[in-house]
This record gives sequence, C-alpha cells and structure tokens, in this order.
Amino acid sequence: MATVELRFSALPEHVRTARLVAAAVARRAGVDEAVLDEVRLAVGEACSRAVGLHQVAGIAEPVRVALIEEEKQFSIEVGDEAPRSVPGDRTSGGAAELDVDAEEDEMGLAVISGLVDDVEVTAGEHGGLIRMTWPTTPPGVALT
Amino acid sequence: MDLSLSTRTVGDRTVVEVGGEIDVYTAPKLREQLVELVNDGNFHLVVDMEGVDFLDSTGLGVLVGGLKRVRAHEGSLRLVCNQERILKIFRITGLTKVFPIHTSVEEAVAATD
Repeated sequence: MATVELRFSALPEHVRTARLVAAAVARRAGVDEAVLDEVRLAVGEACSRAVGLHQVAGIAEPVRVALIEEEKQFSIEVGDEAPRSVPGDRTSGGAAELDVDAEEDEMGLAVISGLVDDVEVTAGEHGGLIRMTWPTTPPGVALT
Repeated sequence: MDLSLSTRTVGDRTVVEVGGEIDVYTAPKLREQLVELVNDGNFHLVVDMEGVDFLDSTGLGVLVGGLKRVRAHEGSLRLVCNQERILKIFRITGLTKVFPIHTSVEEAVAATD
C-alpha cells in the first residue's frame, strides 16, 4: 500500500488539507525543500480538478490521494471516479457550460505539466488518475 | 490560512490587498469582491498580491475574469507581486504577457499604458 493514503469528500475546503499532508509527507520522504512549493501546488491542482469532476458528475464517492515513498523517488497519485465520456458525445444543450468547465480543467493540467517533469494522466470510464513523481535525496547524502 | 481582502482608493485606482491562500475554496470570495468593485464603477484595479501565500489555477482564473470585466469598461487590472513562487505560476501559464506585474503599489498606481 501507499505510505500515506487520504480520502476526502469532494469539497473545495478539503483541498488545502490534502496539500498540507502531501507537503509534509514529501518533506519526510526527502523531496528537496526548494521543490516542496511545487509539490503543494501540483497536488492542489490535481485535487481541485478531481473535486470539480466529482461535483459536476454528482459523484458521492471521495477523492483519493496516495502518497508513495519509494527508493530515490516520491510519487503522488490523485484519483477521481468521474467517468469520461467519448469525445463528441456532448449534447448540444449543455455544451457551453461544459466548455467552461473544460477550460478550467485544462488550466489546472497546464499548471501541473508546467511544474512536474514526470507526470502521467490517465482516464477511463471508471475515472481518472494523475500520477506525479519527484526524485528524493536519501537523508544520509543530504547531511554530508 | 484563509483569504483576507481589503480595498482602498488611491487617486482613480482601487487597490485590493489580498492576503492568505487563493485556491479552489477561497477564490469565489475574491471573484465576488472583483465583481462588486466593477459593478460599483471601479474600473482601474490594482491587486496587491504581496500577502498571498498560495495561488493556484482557480485564482488565476478569477484574476483573468476580473481583467475581462474591467476591459469591458476600458479599465485596467494591474498586479503587484515580488514573490518568486507566485510569479512562477504566472510564467508557466503565459499570464505574464496578459497582466502588467509591478514591484510596488506606488509603481502600479502611477502606471499608464
């Protein structure tokens, strides 16, 4: 299992909690101090996006965050349960509203891909997952 | 930390001092404030971001929305920010080309296009 797992109701007020927990675990895992701001921002963007997707789709399930400490790297996975429709599947009535949501969604992803070198975004009919990875410095090395 | 907002008038400019975290939870408060100012006829805004600890894409969206509103009245929206971690977000999204960003409120208030 992940080093730390977090599940929270899809509400904007909990995104800050996810940022704080992610930054604390990242620091402990040995992610460089200079990069922690980026970790905080990237996980916030991913969680905000997931909250938005759950709210738009009316999904009661929580948003999932997995913080994974591995050898020489630290990964964060943010998972949502919002099913993705096939492109072109939009009904004409709600198209304008959907486009606005899609724009905000794109902005969040643009920030994530601008910040994180190693990022994977996957989505399917059962939801999506953003996996972001940062290198870590073993504590012993940092002290010498 | 929550969001703090205060406004004051300097000449024909309205300075909005923002403090704390602008994220998906708090950004609607900033949006309300900007909408209210524009509705009340304040079309030249200076948003002072020096007290901002955190800004995400939701916050950027609100600022872009504010810019659109003031431009509809031939107004302006200038930012004051010296914090590298906040400036970085404007750079990676290309918004440094959209917003005039100043190093002090005095400079922003004095600026003209």
